[in-house]
Amino acid sequence: MKFRTFSRHLREGSKNIVRNGWMTIASVGAVTTTLILVAVFLALVLNLNEMAKNIENDVQINTMIDITATEDEIIDLGNEIEQIDGVESVAFSSNDDELQKLIESMGEEGESWKLFEQDNPLNHVYIVRAAVPEDTERIASEVAALNSVESVVFGQDVVEQLFEFNTYARTIGLGLIIALVFTAIFLISNTIKITIMARSTEIGIQKLVGATNGFIRWPFFIEGLLLGVLGSIIPISVILGGYYYLDTNFSETISFSFVELLPFNPFAWQLSLMVLATGAIIGVWGSVMSVRKFLKV
Amino acid sequence: MILMKDIYKTYANGVTALNGVNVDIKQGEFVYIIGPSGAGKSTFIKLMYREVKPTKGKILIGDMDLSEIKERKVPYLRRNIGVVFQDFKLLPKLSVYENIAFALEVIEESPKNIRKQVMDVLEMVGLKNKARFLPNELSGGEQQRVSIARAIVNHPKIVIADEPTGNLDPETSWEIMKTFEEINAKGTTIIMATHSKEIVNTIKKRVIAIEDGVIFRDEHRGDYGYEI
Repeated sequence: MKFRTFSRHLREGSKNIVRNGWMTIASVGAVTTTLILVAVFLALVLNLNEMAKNIENDVQINTMIDITATEDEIIDLGNEIEQIDGVESVAFSSNDDELQKLIESMGEEGESWKLFEQDNPLNHVYIVRAAVPEDTERIASEVAALNSVESVVFGQDVVEQLFEFNTYARTIGLGLIIALVFTAIFLISNTIKITIMARSTEIGIQKLVGATNGFIRWPFFIEGLLLGVLGSIIPISVILGGYYYLDTNFSETISFSFVELLPFNPFAWQLSLMVLATGAIIGVWGSVMSVRKFLKV
Repeated sequence: MILMKDIYKTYANGVTALNGVNVDIKQGEFVYIIGPSGAGKSTFIKLMYREVKPTKGKILIGDMDLSEIKERKVPYLRRNIGVVFQDFKLLPKLSVYENIAFALEVIEESPKNIRKQVMDVLEMVGLKNKARFLPNELSGGEQQRVSIARAIVNHPKIVIADEPTGNLDPETSWEIMKTFEEINAKGTTIIMATHSKEIVNTIKKRVIAIEDGVIFRDEHRGDYGYEI
């Protein structure tokens, strides 16, 4: 397409945005609402996902070694665990080390546990890590079946709960967003239909003097695109402002042990880009839908 | 130039408009299409610029076979055909100049060519001094001349006119006919549907009379023949 023609389409498309007044505002409003929800939902789900992944990677299997096991048996056990498929590392941690860790993790209250230093009730432990987090459960049960193992403990429950919550959040959010996206598309296609009807004589003449369907379609395509992009301005400001605020004010407070927000840069920018693209797609889809019917192509 | 072979057209609602039409129109001819309302005149005309497709039969325009032409090629067919209507079909918010230029913008002519071609055609239809006027500031005859100018600005080989004088008083109609004769004199084929007995009987040309969907009469230098 020639540049001259393109700038004509651009001019025509923007003219209609102004010409349609309230319908434009209604469509842009619908896109804005939709995109704000899309953004909040995406920020939530992506953060939860990241969180779940981090925890999952941290999952380790604590293998409590039978107190009666001899030193040789302990070494054998270590070798046997290493033989299991999918095991990445096996580290020995004596009962003294374990007690030390316990005391440290309890802070002030840990002092009282120091009494046990003389008569340690804890087991020696093998800390086993799986190469792939999904293997954790299988490896744990295989380890549990070995000789000289008293019990195995691993944090699978936490991860599973988090994933379950994540799935719920995703399903509900997705349903909501699909409904909203369709509302927005419907509103945009209606707005554009009004434009087309107002211009039906003009389009009729265009077809008569030999305008291609593509030529006729372009201004409407641009109008839809502009409606979508205009609708994404407020959501993007909300993302950038809101996420910056969260990131600077709360990342300290809420970053207990494993919960950590994705960093503002690049996450907020990526999110903005996704929102912009969604807006553009909604707009273009809405316009293409209404024009196609009209042109009977 | 225009060749129709065994054309049948039945609309979706069951109405048969054309029932076996054969026509051969040569380049540069001036042809009147006459006949009672509902006889198939409009369908006959619309077939030529592919507004309607025949149910059966073959239409050749120049070297284009309309029965085989692809949908996306239709715009290019129409660039070779100018169409003029009874109700002018001008855009009310555009000036005379812009209305005509519009036809060239759509086919992506360069601004330089547009300016030249529009001024040339305005000169030809005698409206050069009214280029900046809006359509509703002109008389009916002048508006029709603008729509003729729009139809011929692209130098099409064929001009199709569907009752171009239908809304005009007799005096103005003669002026419009003079314009058409001038266009025809330059070698453009003109096909004109009309109800005007005076015009057909005064400016003698080939007459094709359509009745009940068939060509009932086809005479060179014919008469209108109907008593109305």
